[in-house]
Amino acid sequence: MNNRLLPAVLALVVGLLAGFLLYPMFAGGDEAAPAVAASDDADPQAEAAPLPVVTSRSTLDLVRERGYVRCGVSQGLPGFSNPNDSGDWSGIDVDLCRAVAAAVFGDADKSRYTPLSAKERFTALQSGEIDVLTRNTTWSLTRDTALGLDFVGINYYDGQGFMVRKELGVKSVMELDGAVVCTNTGTTTELNVADFFRSNGLAYSIVAFEKSDEVVAAYDAGRCDAFTTDASGLYSERLKLADYNDHVVLPEIISKEPLGPAVRQGDDQWADIVRWSLFAMVEAEELGVTSKNAGDMRTTQNPAIRRLLGVEGAFGQNLGIPNDWAYKIITQVGNYGESFERGVGVNTPLGIPRGLNALWKDGGLQYSPPVR
Amino acid sequence: MPSSPQPWNNPKLRAFAIQLAVLFVVGSFVWIIVDNTITNLQRQNIASGFGFLENPAGFGIALTLVDYTEQSSYGRALLVGFLNTLLVAVIGIFVATILGFTLGIARLSSNWLVAKIATVYIEVVRNVPLLLQLFFWYFAVLRALPLPRESLSLLEVAFLNNRGIYVPALLLEGNGLILGLSVLVGIVSAWLIGRYAKRRRLETGEIVKGVAFAPLLIFVVPVLAFLALDMGLKAEVPSLQGFGFKGGWSLIPEFVSLLLALSFYTAAFIAENVRSGILAVSKGQTEAARALGLKPTPILRLVIIPQALRVIIPPLTSQYLNLTKNSSLAVAIAYPDLVSVFSGTVLNQTGQAVEVIAITMTIYLSLSLFTSLVMNWYNRHMALVER
Repeated sequence: MNNRLLPAVLALVVGLLAGFLLYPMFAGGDEAAPAVAASDDADPQAEAAPLPVVTSRSTLDLVRERGYVRCGVSQGLPGFSNPNDSGDWSGIDVDLCRAVAAAVFGDADKSRYTPLSAKERFTALQSGEIDVLTRNTTWSLTRDTALGLDFVGINYYDGQGFMVRKELGVKSVMELDGAVVCTNTGTTTELNVADFFRSNGLAYSIVAFEKSDEVVAAYDAGRCDAFTTDASGLYSERLKLADYNDHVVLPEIISKEPLGPAVRQGDDQWADIVRWSLFAMVEAEELGVTSKNAGDMRTTQNPAIRRLLGVEGAFGQNLGIPNDWAYKIITQVGNYGESFERGVGVNTPLGIPRGLNALWKDGGLQYSPPVR
Repeated sequence: MPSSPQPWNNPKLRAFAIQLAVLFVVGSFVWIIVDNTITNLQRQNIASGFGFLENPAGFGIALTLVDYTEQSSYGRALLVGFLNTLLVAVIGIFVATILGFTLGIARLSSNWLVAKIATVYIEVVRNVPLLLQLFFWYFAVLRALPLPRESLSLLEVAFLNNRGIYVPALLLEGNGLILGLSVLVGIVSAWLIGRYAKRRRLETGEIVKGVAFAPLLIFVVPVLAFLALDMGLKAEVPSLQGFGFKGGWSLIPEFVSLLLALSFYTAAFIAENVRSGILAVSKGQTEAARALGLKPTPILRLVIIPQALRVIIPPLTSQYLNLTKNSSLAVAIAYPDLVSVFSGTVLNQTGQAVEVIAITMTIYLSLSLFTSLVMNWYNRHMALVER
């Protein structure tokens, strides 16, 4: 073989080798999307891969192997998901994430949080960066279908409201003709504002920021007359204002905003676990089981409570998790009412009454199918 | 025995084979990525394709250069965002160039104070991150301005408040087309006079008197047309109605602060390019020009700048590209540019991240390539012609 040929052959071999090495890497790229469990075996690319790559498995397996649940949360919304000075997260969305961790691992602390902007949240879930999105996210038809996601419940019934300065003397949203309205980009609120003002024949101009801190800053600086987002968000953002008593939330609610957790479409078992973690908290409140009395309640004769706490039946087994799943949730996180009062209730700075989020028997909408 | 050369001993054939192999590897790499993305999107039941561009957008936009309502399509929203980006980029490039050239020359001034002021400006502005400057121009300035009801006013016709700048709109009563044509006539005649004067100067060495005033024609001709055709001008003064000012012409604070931040920031870099260009022209050129009896201003205009431009233009192109791309920071202060409207709101309403980001990237790429094309043409035009 001629010496001058050597580099050429070498280049060819390296090129082909690189091709072979890269092919399985990208053909096996679906490991980044582990949600799809059922259809995977039929994937020809995964089979054709000559190198052993991690095949897609169920979210539950991946979570167990990793040792903790990854939840997508807000970038700081007091009452829902907000970090304190030492970086510990709290709020009702965080509680839901902790409940899932308690159900799977028996330890609520085996949960980690990824703060996401409104814009990033769905991509983070689709790409497998997080296991469940517990971030004050409105359930709508488009999001449930076109994004490859499934909403599995509603942990807060919300609606869009408006906040204005008291000095404007505005008493109703209908008086906001010609107003400048501030909000976040990439939210359903942007659409609701457009619909509301258009259908009522009112003029408006919208200023949309990417981060809520900037929305608040712009509203505080007087750039806009009104600040609109979910009513719960208004109460919580109002706390960030310099003089929050100078601002008033208008009485009208212009939309339905059911906020709830979402998981990737196609992994039914994981969807069930998240769904029933939420239901367990609601059911516990209805049955009067709290974090304090759950231990004693295990000896009760009430069959509904015995089933919920895993004393009777094997309901956890059906979900693929330990039978004392709900007991762990209730003792470590609390029931829905406890979580609500701790995060957003009347005794917190937010001071939100239960309203729609009361149990069905108290005139609210929170209702859990029976655990049986 | 004469042996015919083996094919692998043919350097041309070998080079071709290697290139083919590399092309194949790169091609299959790209194909695998695209195919894999499509397969995964379909398997996860995520909508794909570009059909969404025709669906109604349903949201409002604060600043639109073309007709846009909530019923317009996502495609229309894309156009609105693109035009807003273009608007701030073009005006920003214009302001940054003028300011940058002024500062660059000022930094070399023999006047101690002027040179120091320019130096301090350049060193401060180009060493503070652009996003912070953007927040400064937006939030710091916004906070200092009064609410609409306490607006600062100039003679009760122009107003400044935290909702923007409001000036009276001048509405033409008469034929706008004729007025536009008269501006064109003014430009063409000014250019013709300038060309004639230059030829005359080159041929005879004699300077045509009054040629410096030729550009005034651009204003004089339309004014004459205006008076001759008895056109009227009506001013529409903005007035406080309800929550803010109605009528007149207005600029929203998001646009003003983005424009200020981008052009002040980029001007500092352009100033340094200009300075390096001027310093690249050897001192001998100045001395030779002075020896010929030229005064400082013609020395700068006729001797230094044309030579300096050859050094300035290539890095200047980079600054123009930077300014255009930096305009995407607009999303932080709610200026409805391409990124904010399209890869912000539209992406979120449709959830079609791959398509939306691909379109956005293509647009920025085309915009940058177009700028490069124009600047490269200008560079060739200005480059040294070797004799």
